[in-house]
Amino acid sequence: MDERLRSELSKQGIFTTTLEDLYNWGRKNSLWPLGFGLACCAIEMIAASMARYDLARFGAEVFRPSPRQADLMIVAGTVTKKMAPQVVRLYNQMPEPKYVIAMGACAISGGPFKQGYNVLKGIDRYIPVDVHIPGCPPRPEALIHALMTLQQKIDEQALTGARRPRHLVAEAPSEFPVPEYGEHDLEPPNNPAVWQPPTLVRSE
Amino acid sequence: MSVEYSPYLFMVLLLIAAVVFALAPLGLAWLWAKRFSPRKPGPVKNAIYECGLESKGDAWVQFKAEYYLYAIIFLIFDVETIFVLPFAVAFGGLSAGAFVAMLVFLLLLVEGLFWAWQKGVLTWK
Repeated sequence: MDERLRSELSKQGIFTTTLEDLYNWGRKNSLWPLGFGLACCAIEMIAASMARYDLARFGAEVFRPSPRQADLMIVAGTVTKKMAPQVVRLYNQMPEPKYVIAMGACAISGGPFKQGYNVLKGIDRYIPVDVHIPGCPPRPEALIHALMTLQQKIDEQALTGARRPRHLVAEAPSEFPVPEYGEHDLEPPNNPAVWQPPTLVRSE
Repeated sequence: MSVEYSPYLFMVLLLIAAVVFALAPLGLAWLWAKRFSPRKPGPVKNAIYECGLESKGDAWVQFKAEYYLYAIIFLIFDVETIFVLPFAVAFGGLSAGAFVAMLVFLLLLVEGLFWAWQKGVLTWK
């Protein structure tokens, strides 16, 4: 529909919309996060869902205790290598369409434990992350901002064409490989389809 | 000229309308899901949910029935305590008959304990 015609009609009190917009409007305002905290960031996540910050304003206060009912995973906290397979398995068990917010320095990069031996250096090595929040821990406002960013992202998703979400691509996999806890490190150390280590380019 | 309608005709019509009203959203949701949220099952997705961990073993486990002995012995000591404590508090004002009755009660319980002892329940295996 022509944008000019639409604004002209709305001036006359006639609002037009598309099925896609209506669908996305409903979807973005009813994001149900998985009740899933890993470390101190979870405290901020809990604070965001409580009365003072009131995540319910965004329709995202329904923290589900089961991945079968959730469509947003907030990876709130340090993902240790022991915990990473469980995170990926929980993500796999969520129904499509699903989204991931990596909350805090640890979840996005390993944070203060990046040089350590037992912390995963960012959950985006195994699952596709939609929004990264820096901070240690990020304040509830930052989580709300991430949620609004995600809502914007959902709003821009199309039902058909190149901008359609991943689950509508027939050849896209429904599951991501769950890493095994190996002898020295997680195997594989990253999912090459999702993340690849940066290559060092030396200038001669 | 007026046409005679059966009063039940309207009820049938309303019933049909009610059923369609209830089923149409479900059908629409089903069609929408078929088109825009296709099923993508997988072994991990369909696995038993156990907080992200892999489920181990069988859910049909059995507890040993012999544990009833521990329950009985617990009862001996537990019930004994309940009765012995008030007995001890009121000991000064009790008659000889009450004392004998209490001894009989204790004897019954000690008898049970002795039986369990003989049976070898008190030995930790």
